[in-house]
Amino acid sequence: MNALAFDRVSVALGGVRVVDRLTYHVEEGEWVAMIGPNGAGKTTALRAIAGLVPYDGTIRVLEDDAATVARKHLARRVALVPQVPLMPGNITVRAYVLLGRTPHLGYFGNEGRTDHEAVDVALEQLDLTTFAERRLDTLSGGERQRATLARALAQDAPLLLLDEPTAALDMGRQQQVLEIVDRLRTSRGLTVLSTMHDLTLAGQYADRLLLLDHGRLVADGNADTVLTRALITEHYGAEVEVVPAPGSGFVVVPVRRQQ
Amino acid sequence: MIPSTRGRVSVLAALLFLAGALLAGVLVGPVDLGALDVVHATFAHVLGLRSPLSGADDAILWDLRLPRVILAALVGGTLAAAGASYQGVFRNPLADPYLLGAAAGAGLGATLVVAYAPSSSVTGDFLPLAAFAGAGVAVIFAYVLGRSAGVAAGPAALVLAGVTIASFLTALQTFVQQQHVDTVQEVYSWLLGRLATSGWRDVGIVLPYAVVAWVVILAHRRLLDVLAVGDEEAAALGVNVARVRLLVVVAATVATAAAVAVSGLIGFVGIIVPHTIRLIVGGSYRLLLPLSLIVGAGFLVFADVIARTIVAPAELPIGVVTAFFGAPFFAVVLRTSRRTL
Repeated sequence: MNALAFDRVSVALGGVRVVDRLTYHVEEGEWVAMIGPNGAGKTTALRAIAGLVPYDGTIRVLEDDAATVARKHLARRVALVPQVPLMPGNITVRAYVLLGRTPHLGYFGNEGRTDHEAVDVALEQLDLTTFAERRLDTLSGGERQRATLARALAQDAPLLLLDEPTAALDMGRQQQVLEIVDRLRTSRGLTVLSTMHDLTLAGQYADRLLLLDHGRLVADGNADTVLTRALITEHYGAEVEVVPAPGSGFVVVPVRRQQ
Repeated sequence: MIPSTRGRVSVLAALLFLAGALLAGVLVGPVDLGALDVVHATFAHVLGLRSPLSGADDAILWDLRLPRVILAALVGGTLAAAGASYQGVFRNPLADPYLLGAAAGAGLGATLVVAYAPSSSVTGDFLPLAAFAGAGVAVIFAYVLGRSAGVAAGPAALVLAGVTIASFLTALQTFVQQQHVDTVQEVYSWLLGRLATSGWRDVGIVLPYAVVAWVVILAHRRLLDVLAVGDEEAAALGVNVARVRLLVVVAATVATAAAVAVSGLIGFVGIIVPHTIRLIVGGSYRLLLPLSLIVGAGFLVFADVIARTIVAPAELPIGVVTAFFGAPFFAVVLRTSRRTL
């Protein structure tokens, strides 16, 4: 069954069509990474799913048409982790993660036992239990990223959207976060759609890659078929070599061709 | 509410602060009434029993001090809670209840009455009404202007609209004042804030608005925490951000307008009370809003005690007291805590 299906989805921002008749689907339990140069429409496509930008066409999330279901209902299906989340510094990690329970509460409702338990589980799964009472502004970049992930987990949505989950993290933290996401995907049965800048990591972690350029889908497949020198050179305008890394897919490295 | 010892302790401390302020408010004055008798007499009035105080003392308590203290508490609690709410919905630490032009509108309304209807009996009735209407109209203009600038511009558009409306109305007010120079002193004494003429009538004007606003604001305390992660993320969490913002702004503004109508412009309470609390217990609105309400009420009662005793028998404008004592106090809190706001 499809967790997510795009059917000729277009988004225009300021008169420019940044997502152009995009059609693809993501199966339940799959990890799909959207790659492509800056301005290809990756982030906008994610935002459209969460109902943050108006679009033409149809987006289906599980059995629902995302455009017609109530905002709160959609928020129980889709959790979005933005690239640069706005984090109020002066609240605790626990209070921040608890915000993820919002779609499960009534307008004036308060969290009950179930909600606090969901937060406990999310904190534990992201190894944040000892940080629970720390203020957000005392955390490092990697810890903050984990706090945001914990908030998304507490949301208890089957579809997890990650916008550049490894931006601004060092190499070790990048791997740590992606390993956590992969582990959670298995243990919680999540479907993951992420945008990724790092093509090597995208190839290593995602089941399938979608290459976008100028808002259009130009390649769809596993790392073998999408991470080719020809495609990357054409759409990124970059000089690269794609080197096989035994046991770990491919490494995409930029190269400088001497004249 | 997050069940935490810290939360319970801070609410208890705030309530003690308020109780101390109320007691000081009714006890301090030229006539010594006695602490026990005051408490006893107050309950006697509420329950319809016989007061232990003499007739004159009882009148001092019931007709002069008590309404004034209650009014100070209502206004202080309203301004502090409204300030905290504005800071939340606009995600702007400098937001105060007058941000959307409520002060300028009320000022213009009051100035018009003082200038064009100077006979005092008329002024007494019309001034609060004109100030209330002025504040309300100003904020409606600001809101309409901000909305027309586009939802996408976020809270910044609304803040800029408020600044625009406030400048325009202040210019109008200055013009009217220039045309009626003889009224300058009366207008200024109103602008600087005063609780001097307050009786039960003024309490009656503020009370319904204040109580409704408090209920609405407190009911949104969890959603204000959600708004702190930004409009987009709040929307992705299923919150109708525009509706929350509108409801909280309307509640805070109506209560502020009512407070301004009876007490003039009392600056600083809406800024320093919430920020002092933030520095002590953190930024979660679940605790911040109830604490702002309680501490703001106590703070203004204390400020009023100072206003009417420090140069007795004359009185200082209470707006001067809140800033003069509030600013250094806040400077100390800011320096000792060294945390981000």
